[in-house]
Amino acid sequence: MNHNVVVVGGNRTPFAKAGGPLREASNHDLLTAALDGLVARHGLAGVRLGEVAGGAVLKHSKDFNLTREAVLSSALSPLTPACDLQQACATGLETTMYIANKIALGQLDAGIAAGVDSTSDAPIAVSDGLRRILLAAQAAKTPAARLKALARIRPSHLAPQAPSVAEPRTGLSMGEHQALTGARWSVTREEQDEIAAESHRKLAAAWQEGFFDDLVTPYLGLAKDAILRPDTTVEKLSALRPVFGGPEGTMTAGNSTALSDGAAAVLLASETWAKERGLPMLARIVDAEIAAVDHPGGDDLLLGPVAATGRLLARQGLEVSDFALVEIHEAFASTVVSTLKAWADEEYCRSLGLDGAIGELDRDRLNVTGSSLAVGHPFAATGARLVPTLAKLLHEKGPGSKGLISVCAAGGQGLVAILEAV
Amino acid sequence: MSVLEKAFHSPVGRKVAARAGLAEPPVLRRGRTYPGGALVLAQIGEATLGARTLDVLGRPYEAPVLDGGEDVTPGYGDRIGAVVIDATEVTRIDQLEHVRAVLRPAVRGLEGSGRVVILARPAGGDWEQRAVARALDGIDRTVAKELRRGATSNLVRVEEGATPADVASTLEFLLQGRSAFVDGQTWAVGHAPSVAGISERPLDGRIVVVTGAARGIGAAIARTLARDGAEIVAVDVPAAGESLAAVANEVGGTALQLDITAPDAGARIAGLVASRGARIHGVVHNAGITRDKMLANTDQSRWASVLQVNLAAQMRMNEVLLDPAVDGGVAEGGRIVGIASTSGLAGNKGQTNYAASKAGVAGLVEAMAPDLASRAITANAVAPGFIETDMTAKIPFVQREVFRRSNSLSQGGSPVDVAETIGYLLDPASQGVTGQVIRVCGQNLVGA
Ligand SMILES: NC(=O)c1ccc[n+]([C@@H]2O[C@H](COP(=O)([O-])OP(=O)(O)OC[C@H]3O[C@@H](n4cnc5c(N)ncnc54)[C@H](O)[C@@H]3O)[C@@H](O)[C@H]2O)c1
Repeated sequence: MNHNVVVVGGNRTPFAKAGGPLREASNHDLLTAALDGLVARHGLAGVRLGEVAGGAVLKHSKDFNLTREAVLSSALSPLTPACDLQQACATGLETTMYIANKIALGQLDAGIAAGVDSTSDAPIAVSDGLRRILLAAQAAKTPAARLKALARIRPSHLAPQAPSVAEPRTGLSMGEHQALTGARWSVTREEQDEIAAESHRKLAAAWQEGFFDDLVTPYLGLAKDAILRPDTTVEKLSALRPVFGGPEGTMTAGNSTALSDGAAAVLLASETWAKERGLPMLARIVDAEIAAVDHPGGDDLLLGPVAATGRLLARQGLEVSDFALVEIHEAFASTVVSTLKAWADEEYCRSLGLDGAIGELDRDRLNVTGSSLAVGHPFAATGARLVPTLAKLLHEKGPGSKGLISVCAAGGQGLVAILEAV
Repeated sequence: MSVLEKAFHSPVGRKVAARAGLAEPPVLRRGRTYPGGALVLAQIGEATLGARTLDVLGRPYEAPVLDGGEDVTPGYGDRIGAVVIDATEVTRIDQLEHVRAVLRPAVRGLEGSGRVVILARPAGGDWEQRAVARALDGIDRTVAKELRRGATSNLVRVEEGATPADVASTLEFLLQGRSAFVDGQTWAVGHAPSVAGISERPLDGRIVVVTGAARGIGAAIARTLARDGAEIVAVDVPAAGESLAAVANEVGGTALQLDITAPDAGARIAGLVASRGARIHGVVHNAGITRDKMLANTDQSRWASVLQVNLAAQMRMNEVLLDPAVDGGVAEGGRIVGIASTSGLAGNKGQTNYAASKAGVAGLVEAMAPDLASRAITANAVAPGFIETDMTAKIPFVQREVFRRSNSLSQGGSPVDVAETIGYLLDPASQGVTGQVIRVCGQNLVGA
């Protein structure tokens, strides 16, 4: 990269369950709130930034210019351009790389990468039958003809079609896919519940010690992540019924992420720009790699990041032990367990075209302030939550500390990035 | 709003209130505005300080009409805007007659939100001189109570050696609308070796830290100081972050979500300022809480939380921020402003903890001022009376209405009034004002 790209800081709203305390907020509202908090934290009101990239996985068609509209509602200069990107659950990390790459190329001095999702305000589509009737009514030349067309509406036509989280090519939901993967990699219920309990425990501790005081701005009266259950234990989690994988399944509502509402944003800049403005430089964006698997052909849907990790480490000449900290997005606890098992599996890694196993991870370095199981997972926001969190943690560890972020996404994709503390 | 409160503000309620002698309170002149009418200067004896100070401010003035014992009291043809009485050479009881002769026609002719400003000397000299100094105080406080339609009277004790440049910012503040809710007060101005000139944007490019900036008086302070050019570092507890961010963005400042009782609060603020390669011009310790209970019901925790937030926290922060070795600390020529309270100075039922903390703030700035003088850092406090904010909206309506009216301006103050007084203290031109506690209370009947 020609220019050093640094993470200056981040901001997000607290995350909450769908239908929870943020249910009245639209994607536009949430994204604006995340931007405004970021602007306030870094004294950027009225400043024209190079570009803002944001996105949402569940998006109303009226929000075709979601990010640009949020910029206009925010305290940033209205001369700040923006674009929408979308790469399923990797959106927030992909927007980060988009802005980072432009900064690296010298096309931007500074920009914001963001992501947002409101599962409370998901776009509801009407059925094809109803759409045909409405179109016919619109085309009718006389009021009588219009009435006649509308009279064909039946109650069944009115059932709204919420966006499904099923994979278009397999018809399986993400959870069902992960249940298959979990079985293939012999992931136990205990392993999953432990990861979930740890996620809540670590997130609660981080809130307790004020770690999020400069990463989160309260929104709509909600000051902390609402999904967090500080008193959750493995025992409590073990009592929950399985929701994926049939009656013998091991995946529950406790070890799977909840549908969530929230937005997150990262301020990225060239080192020069950050220095000129006297802004913090937490970590440098080193590199990133994207990969995909052939899940319609039977591959594990959410293990896309494994090949990406292997290729990225090989390109950078790094080993797993070189990373002080690792963030693996907890789509499901089972995803984290199977990812780590895949990292350590010589044969599997070779099947991905890698030279050998990626390696074993020291679990003490994993998701040290909790992850999506406890925080929540507004799809597009998660990457933009992870980047500043890891950057701040690495910065606290001292210059040169390296960290890895791994995010799985629908469509069998995986995005992985490396950060290094400044 | 309670039913009672709604009824009170209804048209019928207003009529009843008017008959009961509760007239609509006057609308006060505010902001960086001078009175509309003429400015009258009365120079008693050989005094020239007032004249020279008005010259510094570039304000033209007229000679006073004097009441010489005629049958009909002589008057001003038009309403006058303000009368400045330069009493710095008044040392004898018989000279006080001159003050009366000036004031009698002046108070009759004063416009709404007009001003009486008395320039005097600190108590000193022989017995009579000391008695006279106090006598002028008595005149000021009484005139303030008699004036109507939002006019105020205040007295400035100008120390020997203080120059017109030293006094200018104080006289400007008192004549302007910025001092709207400061009434019947007395404070001192001394000489400073170097003092900045008067400016419309005295805080241009200077960093000012305001704690408790998310709402109420703190938010008004942030806005007012930003108007005067300051770069605001707005501090409030993380839970108040949403409104804090809105205030910071509105004033083009920076939001810092921080509980001031955190042990590293001072260091966190200094760190933020240091990263910009800057130092702090002013710290406004505005964050404050109440936990009211009669002393008989006040437990340890109510006591501790109020003393921690309102007093101990700012002492700890001051220690860090005033350490010259700390990067991002208070610069030479900097400012510390505390927020006391009339309840603290006068005592208030049910507020022992609060009064202890707020009187403590007054004591703290008085103690700090001389110690910081060598670095040209001033330390002062403002003591708000009844100010209309979320804090006072919690007071039951009837009691609130009584509090509102129990001052010479018959109304609650606005957060802006507190903010403007703080802006005056932060002004680089106010270098000679230190160790003072200025009440912004409309001359509340309660207290000193
Ligand atoms: N309103 C009045 O009439 C009045 C009168 C006299 C004095 N005062 C004083 O003026 C100041 C402001 O009063 P207000 O009426 O605006 O009160 P307010 O309650 O509306 O605002 C106080 C602010 O301080 C913040 N705060 C409290 N504890 C904090 C902490 N530990 N760290 C950081 N921030 C903290 C609060 O979150 C709040 O935003 C207070 O010191 C108060 O005691 C007010």
